[in-house]
Amino acid sequence: MAIVKTRHLTKRFGKFVALNGVNIEVNKGEIYGFIGPNGAGKSTTLRILLGMLKATTGEARIFGKDAWKDAVDIHKRVAYVPGDVNLWPNLTGGEVIDVLLRMRGEVNKNRRNELIEKFRFDPAKKCRTYSKGNRQKVALIAAFASNADLYILDEPTSGLDPLMERIFEECVIQAKNEGKSILLSSHILSEVEKLCDTIGIIREGKMIETGRLSDMRHLTRTNFIIRTKKPVPSLKDVKGIHNVRETGPELAFQADPDQIDEIIRYISQFGVVKLESTPLTLEDLFMRHYQEINHSGQMEDS
Amino acid sequence: MFERLFKGTGSLTKLIFRQQRFKILVWLAGLVTVTLACASSYPNVYQDVPSKMAFAMTMDNPAMVAMLGPGYETEDYLASFGTLFAHECLLFTTIVAGIMSILQVVNVTRNDEENERIELIRALPVGRLAYLSGGMVVMFTTNVLLALLTGISLALLGIDGIDTEGAFLYGAILGATGLIFGIITALLAQLAETSRKTAILSFSVLIAAYLIRGIGDVSNETFSFFSPLGWAARAQVFVDNYWWPILLAAALSMIIAFATFYLNSIRDMGAGFLPERKGKKQASPILQTIFGLVFRLQRTSILAWTIGIFALSASFGAVLGDLETYFADIEFMQAFISNEAGESITDQFVTLLIAIMSLIALIPSVSVVLKLKGEENKNLTENIYSRAVSRTRLLANYYLLAVIVNFIMQLMIVLGLWSVGQLVMEEAIAFGSTFTSAFAYLPAMWAVIGLAGLFVGTLPRASGLVWLYVIYCFIVIYLSEVLDFPQWMNNLSVFEHVPEYPIEELNFAAMAVLTFIATVMAICGMIAYNHRDITG
Ligand SMILES: Nc1ncnc2c1ncn2[C@@H]1O[C@H](COP(=O)(O)OP(=O)(O)OP(=O)(O)O)[C@@H](O)[C@H]1O
Ligand SMILES: [Mg+2]
Repeated sequence: MAIVKTRHLTKRFGKFVALNGVNIEVNKGEIYGFIGPNGAGKSTTLRILLGMLKATTGEARIFGKDAWKDAVDIHKRVAYVPGDVNLWPNLTGGEVIDVLLRMRGEVNKNRRNELIEKFRFDPAKKCRTYSKGNRQKVALIAAFASNADLYILDEPTSGLDPLMERIFEECVIQAKNEGKSILLSSHILSEVEKLCDTIGIIREGKMIETGRLSDMRHLTRTNFIIRTKKPVPSLKDVKGIHNVRETGPELAFQADPDQIDEIIRYISQFGVVKLESTPLTLEDLFMRHYQEINHSGQMEDS
Repeated sequence: MFERLFKGTGSLTKLIFRQQRFKILVWLAGLVTVTLACASSYPNVYQDVPSKMAFAMTMDNPAMVAMLGPGYETEDYLASFGTLFAHECLLFTTIVAGIMSILQVVNVTRNDEENERIELIRALPVGRLAYLSGGMVVMFTTNVLLALLTGISLALLGIDGIDTEGAFLYGAILGATGLIFGIITALLAQLAETSRKTAILSFSVLIAAYLIRGIGDVSNETFSFFSPLGWAARAQVFVDNYWWPILLAAALSMIIAFATFYLNSIRDMGAGFLPERKGKKQASPILQTIFGLVFRLQRTSILAWTIGIFALSASFGAVLGDLETYFADIEFMQAFISNEAGESITDQFVTLLIAIMSLIALIPSVSVVLKLKGEENKNLTENIYSRAVSRTRLLANYYLLAVIVNFIMQLMIVLGLWSVGQLVMEEAIAFGSTFTSAFAYLPAMWAVIGLAGLFVGTLPRASGLVWLYVIYCFIVIYLSEVLDFPQWMNNLSVFEHVPEYPIEELNFAAMAVLTFIATVMAICGMIAYNHRDITG
């Protein structure tokens, strides 16, 4: 059964369409990476899932229950870290963690203190004085100290230093190993790539691609870097080759998977000295999407 | 040196002005309009000599002096409408000008600093004191505008007894008082670490200034000179037209401004000179309940209001003794003021005091409900609603706190008036009737609390409009006779339907209707709140 499922989620703020038919599905024990650029609608989707915003049309379900109507029931088993953590300025970090934990139910003191240690967090200061990273820690500790079945994390590592990021990743993986589901939004691609099983890409309120990370890689191009004895003429015009760049004596390009055979044959005529191939990173994949869309967008415009 | 500290003041002034201009416009328009409306109504209300005589006598009693400051000689009241107007309106208008400046300065100093807007600007090539200077220039300009606009428009009214010099002095007093409280707020913004604390401290100074002046005006005039509000009443505007209060205010402002700029130049950004205590590592069991959290978030301001309301009521209680003696001396006053036989004049004053105090006491309760919207604006309710807490539960806790605060405030009014009144009066006011009189206001106050809830649910962005309604109620109580409102306009104020016990009988039907209206509005607000988007 899908833990989180949305169908054709649409959200309008006045005339502005923030979401336009968003479909997400997070299964049990899965880490779902929800990626998109600023203003794409990630936080809006998550807030609909949390029952804070009401979807204009479409359906959002968590644990099979309606995200808007059964919010309170659902939240007993959900932990959330907001994208922009705001805390009550006059309470201390320790107080806020307890308050937030208590609102879900029992407080597991040991787990709480363990995490405070782990994140090297000083709970005795007023929240007003915390830096962005420290505010983030409050939200993360309150989330991972609770015994939830679903973790909804909106750009959870923004503001954390690399060391803390590692600890965060450990927490996520531990949760996954315990069979919990995680929905994680980000525009930091390396983070998503490292952790996620499935990704969904959103842009301007529309899902442009969803799937298992492994499948998506398989579908996409490969990066090549080559050096040849003789210059390669008109490489750009070869079918299936994209993004040709010259870096000194070397040539870098991307190749469509079904054309690789042809391409290798073609370049081998010029005496290959060096051939390096790497799978496309998520970043490349992401750029490709936007280029394509911009491209077709421009064509439609003209 | 100058360059290093003040570079960029000009452009920052423009920036701050642009952010504040709408508020400035509303405040100035409101202040000038109310001033003009009041001033122009006096010739209609006090057309003959006896009515002016009655006014003079009413104003000369200690309770009125405590509330409005020392007045003029009787012949001055007879000679000019300006004196009637100035005595009844000047002090309260200066307080409003003070509030305007306090809010503005809190906004452009600590609030901007807290929200890290100043950090952004400090990173640019601007002087360390430039932002503060910009804020001060805007505040100064606002008050100069207030002075000039009030002066010009009063002078143009051409009312008998409101001469040009007096009109400009009247405006200048408003501007000067606004300036002083603006500067004091800027100083306190250097000491306190948060905008909330700055606001609380500044309003405490304002209240203290009012109380010190009240005590001084009734007992020993020397006290009054320690309060800027005490100077205002001593300008004898429209009669002698003394300008020394303005000069005194300007001089004091300069001195405080120097101190403020010095403190600002030596402190770290985001820091204050009043240190913060080290906090707890864990939440107490009370804080872990929803009600505990809702209370804790507003604890300081509730406490401040409780003390403030008690102090204000107690100081009114303190003049009740003088009032009694005063009325005992002038038996015939009864004929003017008492419209029903057998009522003691003290009772009437106590009733009026309770009405005004109840309106003031309404502010903290309404604030409690509006706080929920404030929390949403700061994206803090998100923390709660992403947990297993329903909207109904949270809003119900805010209602509950508002009602409890409401109860406490009314109790403070009763305790303040009664306990001190008891000490100073020969024929003390009865606790029972004072209690009944104050608590008869509860249903009407619930109605306003319900209205606040209705706004939070249905029109969250406009929820500040509740304050307009509170101000309207105040105008109805305080000025409806002067402004000669038709009855239906008075009836729009819920306070108009509260029985003025002990002068009137308790009207349980009206109270039941008010309670019903309160409940309906609160429930409608709750339903709407459950169905709308929560933005943060
Ligand atoms: N309450 C609101 N009223 C109007 N527009 C809104 C509201 N909330 C969000 N939006 C708009 O909806 C769009 C999506 O916003 P959202 O916060 O979901 O983006 P995001 O993907 O989380 O971006 P980021 O990566 O910057 O956090 C934005 O253009 C934003 O301006
Ligand atoms: Mg976001």
